[in-house]
Amino acid sequence: MSVDLQTVKRVARLARIAVSEEDAERMTGELNAILGFVEQLNEVDVSGVEPMTSVTPMEMKKRQDVVTDGNKAADIVANAPATEENFFLVPKVVE
Amino acid sequence: MSDLTQLTISQARARLRGKEITATEITEAYLAAIDRANPVLNAYVAVTGDKARDMAKASDARLVKGEGGSLEGIPLGIKDLFGTEGVHTQACSHVLDGFKPRYESTVTANLWADGAIMLGKLNMDEFAMGSSNETSYYGPVINPWRRSRLDTVVMPTTHQGDGGFVSAGGTKTARTLDNAQLVPGGSSGGSATAVSAFLCAGATATDTGGSIRQPAAFTGTVGIKPTYGRCSRWGIVAFASSLDQAGPIARDVRDAAILLKSMASVDAKDTTSVDRPVPDYEAAIGKPIKGMKVGIPKEYRVDGMPEEIEALWQKGIAWLKDAGAEIVDISLPHTKYALPAYYIVAPAEASSNLARYDGVRYGLRVPGKDIVDMYEKTRAAGFGREVKRRIMIGTYVLSAGYYDAYYLQAQKVRNLIKRDFENVFAAGVDVILTAATPSAAFGIADEDMAADPVKMYLNDIFTVTVNMAGLPGIAVPAGLDAKGLPLGLQLIGRPFDEETLFQTAAVIEQAAGTFQPQKWW
Repeated sequence: MSVDLQTVKRVARLARIAVSEEDAERMTGELNAILGFVEQLNEVDVSGVEPMTSVTPMEMKKRQDVVTDGNKAADIVANAPATEENFFLVPKVVE
Repeated sequence: MSDLTQLTISQARARLRGKEITATEITEAYLAAIDRANPVLNAYVAVTGDKARDMAKASDARLVKGEGGSLEGIPLGIKDLFGTEGVHTQACSHVLDGFKPRYESTVTANLWADGAIMLGKLNMDEFAMGSSNETSYYGPVINPWRRSRLDTVVMPTTHQGDGGFVSAGGTKTARTLDNAQLVPGGSSGGSATAVSAFLCAGATATDTGGSIRQPAAFTGTVGIKPTYGRCSRWGIVAFASSLDQAGPIARDVRDAAILLKSMASVDAKDTTSVDRPVPDYEAAIGKPIKGMKVGIPKEYRVDGMPEEIEALWQKGIAWLKDAGAEIVDISLPHTKYALPAYYIVAPAEASSNLARYDGVRYGLRVPGKDIVDMYEKTRAAGFGREVKRRIMIGTYVLSAGYYDAYYLQAQKVRNLIKRDFENVFAAGVDVILTAATPSAAFGIADEDMAADPVKMYLNDIFTVTVNMAGLPGIAVPAGLDAKGLPLGLQLIGRPFDEETLFQTAAVIEQAAGTFQPQKWW
């Protein structure tokens, strides 16, 4: 499988990365090189093989359903580019 | 020894405990070395001198009372991927500009609890995506090793003082260094260079496809990626969560064992942290390997592999055989599919992990006309080319209609890769020996690799299988090539059998010796 310019622009939109016409053209070539490389996986017979879900056979750890952390609003917003009274500020979303 | 930076961790530990030196002295020695070398080598992206001095003072107070922990007073470098409270943590990306976490990663917290000292944050490929440390927003790291030419020098006849030596001419060999700058490998290039160039006693690193072992091999240092689940991933910037593991890079096998013992732990904050006690890895060093079964996988002999790598591998086989190991030929038939499967699984996980960099919660924000425009502009400006490429691949393989063909197929192949290893271990093989990399360090801005991303990816061909199967792997220096560059061997073990890796790596180290670059910086 290979991607065309339109697909690259669509994927960039899904990934929320702005691309110029020139970027998209360069990326088309690069992505096709990588997709060409991974193509060889199709020759592997995987009939009856389950997809891997965990690399180590272990039971998922479950913690107690209790509050262990919190009251850290100031810490959580400390690194945000724009905040007000412990809220994250974003451009207007609803008119 | 006058230069304290030359001491290994085990040597420094003994002198600190014996009160022959202080943590402050050794810390100052490293800070001075960083000051001189870093403008050239670019290993550190942030030096935390004040913090290091404070930590050293506290270590000295404990050492005086005989209370020091296992790493008391040992100055370390920390890869920029580890969250360090109040200190630069950016995964060497522009998108995390100014980020200083309000928390400490479990691995670094373990090191500080044992008395280690933080010298600063180490350069790396952006978000650990790269094999040359050239994708860092902070510029490439330079390998302290350079190619060299072996010259035969005719010695003049000399007389040295009263009762001194008289040299009656003759010849000796000397290495003349080439000027070309080489990469230290990646993604833990800063860690490898800092350890190799004596800018820290040891360093933390992480390995998703080979990011500890390949740079260790390129710099003549020892690097171990432990079993998935051995070190907590909590507080480490995520790249590909099912593959990422932290581990140390050190000057010798013993130092790597000392560091891993401290870094590894059982952590309730990471659900993939495995509930097993951490053994004393150092105790495995020096144990005989007589009767150990060492597997040699035929699939690790690839087209175009330099003869020197093959010769190194044969040398490694001979050393282990001489030490009484039984050498057996084995087959890991799905080896060639590990790298292509990795380039589906890792970007898929990365595209999802890196979705959090949206200009809202931390780091860079580029204003836009609405919120989506702000996201798109922030991510376009904040991520470098390689990171964008991988997010794009990941987004594509996970998108509607392609999931089964790519991601599901890759996860099935991953199970086959793991099964190959399981079969070999079930047949009684204790450890597997391979080359660590298909070549020695290459030049900065290599044109072939810049033109074709897949060429760069091939660097990880021998290491990536280990991540795909979640196994432990160690790279240990085993010799120099004809141009005087270090080459490494890799040992792969059973899950959670890091002890066998240290035990076997120590045998290789004893036979091969340790290697230091000739200082030019």
